[in-house]
Amino acid sequence: MPKLIPVADPLSKPFWDAVNQKRLVLQHCTACDRLQYPPQQTCQVCNAPTGLTWKEVEGKGHIAAYIVIEDGRLNRRMPDQPYNLAMVTLDADPRVNFYSNLPGTPPYKVPVGAAVEVTFEEVAPEQLIHEWRVVA
Amino acid sequence: MAASAGYQWRRDKDGLGVWEHRGKVAVAGFGHSPVDRRWDEVSMDKTLGAYSILACQKAMDEAGVTPDQVDGIICCDSHIAGGSGGTASQWAPRPYFAPPYDSELGLTLINGQWLAEQLGARNVKFAPTGVPTISEMVGMAAQAVGDGVCSTCLVIYPTGNLAGRYRRGGENADDYARGARQWVAPWGNHGGNDFINSFPHGQYCRKYGGKHDDLAPFVVNQHRNGLMTPWGYNASHNLPQLTIEEYLNSRYILNPLRLWDCDRPVNASTAYLFTTAERARDMKQPPVYVLNHSQHSFRKRSTQEDLDEIEEWTDRAAKRMYEGAGLGPSDVDVFNPYDGYSIMTQFFLEGFQWHGVKRGDSFAFYAGDIRVEGPHPLCSSGGNLGTGRLRTAMYTDSIEQLRGTAGPRQVKVRAETALAAFTTPSSGGWIMFGKHPN
Repeated sequence: MPKLIPVADPLSKPFWDAVNQKRLVLQHCTACDRLQYPPQQTCQVCNAPTGLTWKEVEGKGHIAAYIVIEDGRLNRRMPDQPYNLAMVTLDADPRVNFYSNLPGTPPYKVPVGAAVEVTFEEVAPEQLIHEWRVVA
Repeated sequence: MAASAGYQWRRDKDGLGVWEHRGKVAVAGFGHSPVDRRWDEVSMDKTLGAYSILACQKAMDEAGVTPDQVDGIICCDSHIAGGSGGTASQWAPRPYFAPPYDSELGLTLINGQWLAEQLGARNVKFAPTGVPTISEMVGMAAQAVGDGVCSTCLVIYPTGNLAGRYRRGGENADDYARGARQWVAPWGNHGGNDFINSFPHGQYCRKYGGKHDDLAPFVVNQHRNGLMTPWGYNASHNLPQLTIEEYLNSRYILNPLRLWDCDRPVNASTAYLFTTAERARDMKQPPVYVLNHSQHSFRKRSTQEDLDEIEEWTDRAAKRMYEGAGLGPSDVDVFNPYDGYSIMTQFFLEGFQWHGVKRGDSFAFYAGDIRVEGPHPLCSSGGNLGTGRLRTAMYTDSIEQLRGTAGPRQVKVRAETALAAFTTPSSGGWIMFGKHPN
């Protein structure tokens, strides 16, 4: 089943536009040189109100932890249960993390610590989301 | 009726020193309504309004206070179950009843003004709106009484539940993920403390050793304590004692989070009466003094909180509370941290270092003697797991322990201080009670 469809807002639109082009861009604070995801109005580290730009990053990461959703509350995802939900850290900055259902990895068979790379899935016509696949 | 716009009551920063009203504010009464699994949407004596009125009356009667003596009302005006509601329930609108039940107010929603009118509390001058949850409400009440904003303040925490599976409606039934949910819901996170704590819990097991099911003795003990809590759901509905085997055989919700790791949503209300220490000493019950209140709101770095953040936040919350109370870990006799999901309690236990528990020690601690009659009476209230999703058992038990009226749940160790919270590691608050003001 398709996943929930993210609704972009003025702050997040550049991110989702890039995802729809199969690119991963994160906010980058030019004041403290830190990456930030999800996007925020200000830098969450140095609180700089200006200087946040968008920077393309390499989609490489590692699996830090995971659970298996067997009885979740999201109606649209119920037919998929059970499914993996992993926390993936970005290699470029492990303080940045993403969720992933790890397409291609069977439920309960998640290799914690394994390397992953970004991929993109369609959730609606002309709307992709970013996902992560275990590197073979 | 005055609102609270601009009233600075929070103690939500590091380094504030000892609370200026330490020992000068007290809880003089409390009241619990019956606890139902759900409101049946027809019984007018079992609405959240009816139950909140009842809880307030009990709290006032226990203290020996009349409604016209109440000059502050702090009431949480949330559905608690949230906009998501239940699948089969109609949270609003509905065919309404005659006044005062001609809107959702009094049925599934309560606020201070409605309550004051129903109680006949004509002299209320402090009735804030948009009030946060109980963890902060008790702090607001303590500060307001200490500051002289009001002198006799009711704090009411209603928690609602209707028919249908919990929170499967509303935004959880939406195909779209809007606002903050655009970053979590597409992948399955419906938002809540289950997700907040599950990943750090997994990291905890890998870092310190142990497995999820090492929580079994803690969960079973919560149920044991809950069966000794007569006003809670488990005891009042004669639930059987949960066994280790039943816990280990229970189905998964978010594997490894099991069914019995989760609290049971209920429909009930609780009320507390805060007043000055001086007034409390003339009231019917022994005063339970407030030694400090603190709040915290920590921001996660990215999508999902990790173990490092959870540990940092709970360390900071503990330091903030201890500093304000002028006490340390060895001074805390009764410890009632939140257990809405069993997987978060260990973070509080270790952060506050109760009975010397350090990071990574919790599973071994749970496997020891944590019974109320033993040397380490952890969560003597039974928490949410033992009494239902009241979120108030921690406070009431603390009060009862310090009064010496906890019955079979009365701890055998010294009971002169009690630390209680409904809170998450990221946001909420704590309160420290004392049998003595100093």
